[in-house]
Amino acid sequence: MGMTMTQKILAAHAGLDSVEAGQLILADLDLVLGNDITSPVAIKEFAKLGKDCVFDKDKITMVMDHFAPNKDIKAAEQCKMCRDFCGEKDVTHFYDVGQMGIEHALLPEKGLVTAGNAVIGADSHTCTYGALGAFSTGVGSTDMACGMAIGKAWFKVPSAIKFNLTGKLNKYVSGKDVILHIIGKIGVDGALYRSMEFTGEGLACLSMADRLCIANMAIEAGAKNGIFEVDEITLDYIKAHGAAEPTVYKADEDAVYDEVIDIDLSSVTPTVAFPHLPENARTFDQIGDIKIDQVVIGSCTNGRLEDLEAAAEIMKGRKCAPNVRVIVIPATQQIYLDAMEKGLLKIFIESGAVVSTPTCGPCLGGYMGILAAGERAVTTTNRNFVGRMGHTDSEVYLASPAVAAASAITGKISSPEEVMS
Amino acid sequence: MKYEGNAIKYGDNVDTDVIIPARYLNTSDHAELASHCMEDIDKTFVGRVQAGDVMIAGQNFGCGSSREHAPIAIKASGISLVIAKSFARIFYRNAINIGLAIVECPEASESISEGDRVEADMDSGIIRNLTTGKEFKAAPFPEFIQKIIENGGLVNSIANGSIK
Repeated sequence: MGMTMTQKILAAHAGLDSVEAGQLILADLDLVLGNDITSPVAIKEFAKLGKDCVFDKDKITMVMDHFAPNKDIKAAEQCKMCRDFCGEKDVTHFYDVGQMGIEHALLPEKGLVTAGNAVIGADSHTCTYGALGAFSTGVGSTDMACGMAIGKAWFKVPSAIKFNLTGKLNKYVSGKDVILHIIGKIGVDGALYRSMEFTGEGLACLSMADRLCIANMAIEAGAKNGIFEVDEITLDYIKAHGAAEPTVYKADEDAVYDEVIDIDLSSVTPTVAFPHLPENARTFDQIGDIKIDQVVIGSCTNGRLEDLEAAAEIMKGRKCAPNVRVIVIPATQQIYLDAMEKGLLKIFIESGAVVSTPTCGPCLGGYMGILAAGERAVTTTNRNFVGRMGHTDSEVYLASPAVAAASAITGKISSPEEVMS
Repeated sequence: MKYEGNAIKYGDNVDTDVIIPARYLNTSDHAELASHCMEDIDKTFVGRVQAGDVMIAGQNFGCGSSREHAPIAIKASGISLVIAKSFARIFYRNAINIGLAIVECPEASESISEGDRVEADMDSGIIRNLTTGKEFKAAPFPEFIQKIIENGGLVNSIANGSIK
């Protein structure tokens, strides 16, 4: 029986000729990731394993990004625990303030993931690296601890939904609109336990930033992983970032899919997910006058240079609406620097926005932009659950960088065309 | 393994942000996490949960963040077993890995009401609602996962050499 892209990668990493959906396997890992929130729990579990060293000091990475720069004393202690562990175990890829960025923007940029890899990360958005043609999935801290110790993880081989992409994206429409459209269509558990595999001629119009954003939110449909078929755009990106030699896995012609969903990219329009689930997707014909208090442009979903460029195009020469707090967070130090050199930071600051050092902070209600009761935010992040960005009576609306920027200017949820026409 | 306790019931898509809000993720202390368990969905939970109680949930329980703090908080609060229509996949593996008993049983989830007395035998997969007398059968875990649970979680399975 034919295999999907994901099944081929898993088979190769389990030392098997073939696998089928439902099979339980123990797979070799190319990279194990943790952050300042999940790693401390993993480090405590690692200590119980009685191992002196990690399985491979070059295949573990810890990124201090959630509550870093340290938001309080407890956060400082958690980062210190990670720093001490990585120092003691001589972990090569430890990223602290000054080198760090939001993990899922940082790892592809640093060339730590390549096509054909099997990656686990103690962070649910680890599925982002599927954009590079890797099998990559979020796990918990215990899996991270065991992965650090033996370089393996157990998996139930997933079945898959194939997304056949056709057409081209229209102006002001991005990967974020595509994934919100898809989650709106299939629901927050529409891909539960399964892979989402993206293929089709429509891939040609999707930049790596679009693909990373789409794969990033596969978890919001419940998926085990999201993965893109590798093409020239992927290979160019991998080469440009100095990643290891890629191994390209294509799905077999006779691969079995639970479902095939056709998405015509030219029919996708700017989409906003209303509180309190990412599946509450609405297009602008269904959105009335909704006043907002805050805008966040950033995160592992949409904090890349292309995202900042899309926002800057709309905010250039315009002022943010009075009483709207606009927070822009470049996802990595490199993106920050590139945005500075391209003059984007000037555009943001002149429009009345603040620009922050890389951090996950506001996305998960940690710090750097918490909402009060009754407040509303339009954000380019990935979750709009109850209390996600602050008070349980606040509201989060998920959108693309272009929609977030347009909303920052008007002070209400607005489409880019409303501002640009 | 047998469990018995009173049911505490929630709906669909209970996410890990409401199980343990991120503002408390600056600690990994089990008791401290338990003291904020379910805080953003049910402020009465911590005050009323009794050791052994059974949590009943709908579809996609534990969706969202991969934070293992969520099953840890539930386990440390005294909940002995979570019965749901379905679990989000990271929560599912985290619960197995840390040794929080969980089981998918849509019929039991539908039928059991808040406050009902529930008994479950996870060796046979039989769940009984002692208040109404109704009985349900859940599918047993695959052998590989059963072994992890029998070894007391993934860390113990590796420490004792059953997974290499």
